[in-house]
Amino acid sequence: MSYRGMIAELVTITGNNGEKVEAYYARPSGPGPFPGVVLIHHMPGWDDWTMEAVRKLAHQGFACISHHLYHRFGPGSPDDLAAKARSAGGVYDDEVVGDVKGAMAFLRAQPGSNGKVGMIGFCSGGRHTFLASSRLDGVDAAVDCWGGNVVVDDPTQLTPQRPVAPIDLTDGLKAPLLGLFGNEDKNPSPAQVDTLEAKLKACGKQYEFHRYDGAGHAFFAAERPAYRVEQANDGWQKVYAFYRKHLA
Amino acid sequence: MCSYITEKTDIFGSAKGAGGWSNVTAAHVYFDHPFHASLDHALSIDFMSGDTTRKVAVEMSAESARALVASILAALETGEKEHA
Repeated sequence: MSYRGMIAELVTITGNNGEKVEAYYARPSGPGPFPGVVLIHHMPGWDDWTMEAVRKLAHQGFACISHHLYHRFGPGSPDDLAAKARSAGGVYDDEVVGDVKGAMAFLRAQPGSNGKVGMIGFCSGGRHTFLASSRLDGVDAAVDCWGGNVVVDDPTQLTPQRPVAPIDLTDGLKAPLLGLFGNEDKNPSPAQVDTLEAKLKACGKQYEFHRYDGAGHAFFAAERPAYRVEQANDGWQKVYAFYRKHLA
Repeated sequence: MCSYITEKTDIFGSAKGAGGWSNVTAAHVYFDHPFHASLDHALSIDFMSGDTTRKVAVEMSAESARALVASILAALETGEKEHA
């Protein structure tokens, strides 16, 4: 079932340390109740594809919100703020988690909410999804799309902004996890996905991984050469099914 | 690659962007996911005024970047000879 009517707009949420954070919010028309999804944008920023992904999930019956992680480097256009964020070494993990907590609270406070909230993130947002799902209570289903640096092979890669490898937080993961990965990806590599899967198994976590041949990093990105239509279509179906199972 | 690896270098010069000409004092160079170019990874150069104000941004393929480097070096070599 799809929801062709929707409302999409910019809203303000209360993020980390009470900061006001701009967010793009789309939900199906009608009273609901609708499950919520927090969507974490990829490293290039809060771009048009991010908005399209939010609307795509709204079309499937989810109230979806994506906040601008780089707002703290503003004001400015999303691409300029992405450049500033990169130059500064990225967003601090604590800030990421605080903003996600605020986005979840926003969704649950809406009159059409069914009380359930999932997360999804792409690229660095996949890492953020694993991170926040492992640190926060109240995430009902988490989707990590090719999150890089969840597994950190070289400890010198840890920084003040990203002081831990999220895999080391796996014990805290309470939500079921869906992971989508391309077998031609280098970050995460298939070996790193193996490592993550072994950790999830060892910790007794509920997870579902799908690994796609013929796909690398960011194979949902329809505007980039990395796009793989068959794998992306199947991946999106996996996301919808996972959320319908865990967020109903 | 989501690497955050950025090469930064001080420069002296000017650049023209949407707001006209201005001084640029640094260049931030990285190879990662672009914002606009239809590439999975792009060599990006942000020409900066101060540490945080981006005046001009370019994203190009690795092949283009290498060709640009060669062109810059060739232009410097021939131009400096001409003006020596």
